[in-house]
Amino acid sequence: MNRNLIIGTALTAVFVLAALLSFVWVPYDIETLDIPNRLKPPGGAHWLGTDHFGRDILSMVMTGARTSIAVALVAVGIGMGLGVPLGLSAAALRGGGLDEFIMRGNDLIFAFPSLVIAILITAVFGPGAVNAIIAIGIFNIPVFARLTRGAALGLWGRDFILAARVAGKSAGRISVEHILPNIANLMIVQGTIQFSLGILAEAGLSYVGLGAQPPMPSWGRMLAEAQTLVSIAPHVALFPGLAILLTVLGLNLMGDGLRDMLDPRLRVIRA
Amino acid sequence: MRITPIFCALLLGATATVSAATAQTGITVAVQLEPPNLDPTSGAAGAIDTVLYSNVFEGLTRFAADGSVVPGLAESWDISDDGLEYTFHLRDGVTFHDATVMDAEDVKFSLDRARGDDSTNAQKGLFASIASVDVVDPLTVKVTLSEPTGSFLFNMAWGDAVIVAPESIEGNANNPIGTGAFKFANWVQGDRIELIRNPDYWGTPAPLETATFRFIADPTAAFAAVMAEDVDAFFGFPAPENIPQFQADPRFQVIIGNTEGETILAMNNKTAPFDNVKVREAVAHAIDRQAIINGAMFGQGTPIGTHFAPHHPAYVDLTGLSDFDPEKSKALLAEAGLADGFTTTLKLPPPSYARRGGEIIASQLRAVGITAEIENQEWAQWLETTFKGKDFGLTIVSHTEPMDIGIYADPDYYFQYGRPEFVAIMDELNATTDDAARTELLQQAQTMIAEDYVNVYLFELAFPTVAKVGLTGLWENQPTQAVDLTGVSWGK
Repeated sequence: MNRNLIIGTALTAVFVLAALLSFVWVPYDIETLDIPNRLKPPGGAHWLGTDHFGRDILSMVMTGARTSIAVALVAVGIGMGLGVPLGLSAAALRGGGLDEFIMRGNDLIFAFPSLVIAILITAVFGPGAVNAIIAIGIFNIPVFARLTRGAALGLWGRDFILAARVAGKSAGRISVEHILPNIANLMIVQGTIQFSLGILAEAGLSYVGLGAQPPMPSWGRMLAEAQTLVSIAPHVALFPGLAILLTVLGLNLMGDGLRDMLDPRLRVIRA
Repeated sequence: MRITPIFCALLLGATATVSAATAQTGITVAVQLEPPNLDPTSGAAGAIDTVLYSNVFEGLTRFAADGSVVPGLAESWDISDDGLEYTFHLRDGVTFHDATVMDAEDVKFSLDRARGDDSTNAQKGLFASIASVDVVDPLTVKVTLSEPTGSFLFNMAWGDAVIVAPESIEGNANNPIGTGAFKFANWVQGDRIELIRNPDYWGTPAPLETATFRFIADPTAAFAAVMAEDVDAFFGFPAPENIPQFQADPRFQVIIGNTEGETILAMNNKTAPFDNVKVREAVAHAIDRQAIINGAMFGQGTPIGTHFAPHHPAYVDLTGLSDFDPEKSKALLAEAGLADGFTTTLKLPPPSYARRGGEIIASQLRAVGITAEIENQEWAQWLETTFKGKDFGLTIVSHTEPMDIGIYADPDYYFQYGRPEFVAIMDELNATTDDAARTELLQQAQTMIAEDYVNVYLFELAFPTVAKVGLTGLWENQPTQAVDLTGVSWGK
């Protein structure tokens, strides 16, 4: 087993478990404000201290994990769900007009700085978690479409695909039955990386006020609200910041580890 | 390469000159908002007055630091017995910054322009009762009113009523020409406005030679700028949580002044369920003001029970009418047929009183069964959809104009009150000049809007100024939106 994979999976698991746990239990109710107890440093009653409204930061980080993970997961889902079929069709119709159309469309989306367009989308359709998901999801489509097409193109020339064609299978069936299983590894690795980018993007959008709206907690907004408090209560900014850092690090390590494990060629080179 | 030493020497020389000037006779102050243009007589933004009121532009009368109305460009005035004729005696020897003389013609031009049909003055109501303006001689102006207006001298002190010249009016938006103790020098948009002392000022010259206004909207950047001493003073410091640090720092003086800013939770009086007074009363009893002042403003602010400044002599303390009583709130909701509560929107503009206050209010409303869905808005968006478009259930905003209870008489104003009985009180008030009678009417008006629970009156906004020790002559309070630097100096 590779070390990156272990560390990465462990870090990711901690946050996923925290998010799942927050559905049934958090140390304190985060919708009740307790202003007299605000800005308490980390300690006995509040392990990670309290924020400017006296809310328990541990509970906020746990519930915030839910928001981050949900937004990133659905956004990656959109990207994969639309990008992979597009990439598969482009590869199946390689060289044709539709291939051109799909890939140039992808180039068009790629050409825009993703976060700027995400801000535009949320500014036009209103801030909120759902619009953040759509905004982040749209930019995952070309990532998966390109990767799928590139990988699939290489496979189309291989003998086993030729055999399938000779056997009379349609391009669609070949894509689903032969190409897709062979590129699934790549998709999983890329999905992990995109997932971490999705968490970062959600935090960024929330930081500028376009992500999840209060009272739904979000790591990005917690950071933004802690900004003026850094000099008097650094822990308020520290913990949501650490949560973002560790989750993104964990997912990236996990992606690296998965790639090393799933791609035999790389394993040889590194060894 | 050879020019480098010379260039360095020049640079050093320039830096030395600048720092020597700032140390003794110049000042750099910061405020949060940059004005969109520099003509206070045609722009609505309070930020225009912040920079230019008294510094560059002056009116017939003016607000002193304590909020009283004192002579400005008019040295004195006579009022006819029926209260309809105001004869203003102008000061002799007043010139505009472009060296043209300020005389009665300029006053007539300014007032006629402000009240004209095509006027874009943001406070046209100030001039509504003027019937005619006549030039008697170059230093005397007679203003005839169509009805007695008790607040006329007060109205003339507003930033929207300053005297401008026909020669320079076209350029005022970018190059303001007034009569004040400072002349406009330069505007670097997005960063700063520079003023220099007017050597030909008619009154006591300003002690400072130069004054630079910088615009720092972000609270974190504001904190950094003051801490690093990039600015000598910050007027209206935006992060109340940082104030104790400045108070503990021997380099700074902190002045917490009062403002004319009534911060309210406004309700859309024309839309259900807020068209029912019981629902509005229920909302009022659900709100714990002190928790908002502590939680959002870190203790800065005075609770109010009506739309009136508590430091004003005519203020009535009506906070008891809307005391924090969640049980009563629930009972009122039940009476209104909303025992299970309801869902509404809560639109929040950027200042922390709104953003933080909004989260606290949403939590307090949730406790009585009302779900307030928060939407954070930028100012432009808030003005367009909430203020003009009236697309809101609840919103939080601070009304910073002085004596602005009259906004309740306008049925089209965003919270849409305008009860005829209230309009009648306002009309009577405008026709009354006797102080005791005015106070009586103002108190009736305050009581009516409090008993009708038009809005939830939260608190009077505090105005924190953080300045370097040694600066004297700063305004403590904000009787109008202004940073008057004409009396500021580096005292010893």
